[in-house]
Order: sequence, then C-alpha cells, then structure tokens
Amino acid sequence: MAQIELEVVTPAGPVVREQVDIVTAPGFGGVFGVLANHAPFLSTIKIGELAYKQDGSESALMVSGGFCEVSDNKITFIVESCEKGTDIDVDRALKAKERAEKRLAEVKAKGEKINMVRAEAALHRAIARVSVAQKSN
Amino acid sequence: MPSLKDVSDKIVGVKKTSQITKAMNMVSAAKLRGAQQKMEDFHPYAGKFNDTMASLSGASGDYPLMEVRDVKTAEIVVVTSDRGLCGSFNANIVKMAEKKMAEYEAAGVKVSLVCVGKKGNQALKKTGKVRTKHLDIMGNFQMFNAREIAQDIAANFEESGADEVTIMYGHFKSVGVQVPTAIHLLPVKPTEEAGDEVAAASGDYIYEPSQEEIMEVLLPLYMNVMIYNSMLQVGASEQAARMTAMDNATNACSDIVDELTSIFNKARQAAITGDLMDIVGGAEALKG
Repeated sequence: MAQIELEVVTPAGPVVREQVDIVTAPGFGGVFGVLANHAPFLSTIKIGELAYKQDGSESALMVSGGFCEVSDNKITFIVESCEKGTDIDVDRALKAKERAEKRLAEVKAKGEKINMVRAEAALHRAIARVSVAQKSN
Repeated sequence: MPSLKDVSDKIVGVKKTSQITKAMNMVSAAKLRGAQQKMEDFHPYAGKFNDTMASLSGASGDYPLMEVRDVKTAEIVVVTSDRGLCGSFNANIVKMAEKKMAEYEAAGVKVSLVCVGKKGNQALKKTGKVRTKHLDIMGNFQMFNAREIAQDIAANFEESGADEVTIMYGHFKSVGVQVPTAIHLLPVKPTEEAGDEVAAASGDYIYEPSQEEIMEVLLPLYMNVMIYNSMLQVGASEQAARMTAMDNATNACSDIVDELTSIFNKARQAAITGDLMDIVGGAEALKG
C-alpha cells in the first residue's frame, strides 16, 4: 500500500516523522482522514486525537491547536503541543478531567467569560488526553 | 604601606571571588547549551510555520491584527533577562528601548511598554509607562508563556490601546556577540509578494475552512512564534553574555591577585630588612 510521510512538529521539536498508511486528525470541520497522494490541503487543527496506522498497528497522539498541511505526499502537523498516547497516565488524565469539569462549573456559575474559554479549553484537552490514553494502553 | 596581614587577607578574598566567578562561568556554559538546544528544537516549527504563512500570502481580508492605523500610541515589548551579572547585555536592550521612546515622543506619539523579564522592568519602571510586566519567567518558559503575553498584546492592540507594536530583544548571533534587535510585530505586515511559482502552487490548495479563516487562526499564532523566538534568543544571549562577563571577571581577579602578591612580597621584604637592621643594630650595640 502506498504510504504518506507524517511529520508532527511542536515548538519543543519534531515529535514524529514516519511513513504511514493513513492519518486521521481533528480538523476544523470535524475529523478527517488522509491517505497517500492526497491533494494539497491546509486545515486548522482543534484539540483532539491524531491517529495513524502503520503496517496494521495503530498509534494515537493527543494534539492541541495548530494547523496541518498536505503537499507532495507529505502531511505536516504544526501544533503547539503533542503527547504520545503511551506516555499518558490514564488515572492522572481522568483526575485532570474531573478537575477541569469542576473548574468549568465554578467559572460558569460566576459568569467570567475569559476564564470560561480557558476552562473549556482545559476540559477539551483533558478529554482528548483521556481518550488517547485509553486507546493506547 | 599596608600591613602584611591586610594584603594577605585581600588576596584570599579576591581568590574566593574568582572561584565564584569561575563557577558561574561554568554554570552559564552548561545553561547555554540547554538554551541553544531549545532554540534548535524550535527551528523546524518556526520554519514550517513561516512556509505556511508565505503560502497563504494570497489571502486578503480585514484582520484585526493587520489593521493599519495612524500611530497615536506605540507599544514596545522589551524582552530582557530576569537576572543580572551578565555585562551590558540588558543595559543595551534598555538603552535601545529608551532611544526609541525618545524618538516616538519627539514625534508626538505616546509610548506604552510591556516588560518581559525583571531587568527591563527594573530599569524602565521609573518612566511610569510600563503597561504590563511578565517577570520571573525567563528561567524556564514554554510556549504557553509566550501565548499569554501575545494574547495580552493582541487584545490591547485590538482595543486600540496601541497602534503599533515593536519587540526588542537581544539577538543571539554567537557566543561572543549578542545584538540588541528591534522587530516590528503589529500590525502584521502582509508577506511580500511570493514568487509566481509559490503563488501558483498555493492556488491548488484545498482550504478548510477558507483561506481567510485560517489566516485568522494563524495571525495570533504568528505572534506567539515571534515572541517565543525572542524569548529563546534572550535566554541564550543572557547565558552567553554572562559567560563572557564572568570570564572577564575571573581574568580581572587573577590580575589583581598578581598585583597584590607583588605588593605583599615587597611588604614582606621591607619587614625582613627592617628586622635585620634591628638585629644588626642590636648586635653592634652589644659589641660596643
């Protein structure tokens, strides 16, 4: 099967650089999949789960906001942070999710708009982290 | 003539100082390696980011961060280190900011300052123009620190709190040379017309959402990248400047020790000569 080159770069350095079969990522308009020889494509990326298949084995990464570019049979993710599913501790992620939920509820009760956006982002990250971690472990 | 004890005490003191400066030099060398590594790690991200920005240069629209207004208030983001003892590194950046402030004020433009790093704030707070300060983050910062600073600056710009934003930092040219540098940050200038080839290639792209909406996401990120980069540069420059300063201090210490040793020897010899004279004098008197 034809493969596509996947590259994930974050400000802390490149994370992944591999030949893969398929990539699925949380795009602006929902999750999308990219196979080899995809047409040039540019999309923003939301907080969520970036999954890729490589010779039958599947890997998952948690990515936070950024964007991705497909060109010349290469898909590049330029994201602010990225964590490998295998590096995430499920219990800790679950606890973080609970905390984020609590904080969001508190902020909502107070009606602080800026903090609400932040709390929502934190919750999104926590949810993505949990789902990636549960899949990988 | 200083007494022997005074001089030898001073020699011991200077030697101790030189031990400290030598240690600081080595600590800075180690930290510099870390800071340089961080800069290198960031390189691919910044490179890819700029490529994408360039390929989007065709997108036009009214973005709040690109709005060009008459400059009534100018903002200068001064990025310095949190700690001193690094020669004239911070002073040079502050001097550059002060010069720019004077230029703006001569032209009748109000100035507001954002200080990143303690040293810049210390030097500039007496002007009373510091709008926001971000202190004690230069030691160990990450992208989200840069993002907070960027969000604050962007919000202020969008509310017309400032009409032009410049960022000043110490550019890391090499271990020996750090240059205070000013970079235009806001309003974001459209990338210069890309070559035909690039323009043609970008025409084939599928954009999700539209080119314009992607730009709206990209522009704040662009600010993050610029600010993060300047912080990285300052982080590395600070250590390099401290290395040089501490090296100079260590050399100066050994010069002083040499000088003091020769004074000490002279004093010692004078004392011995004096003692001998006394003994000889005493012996002569007994003979008499």
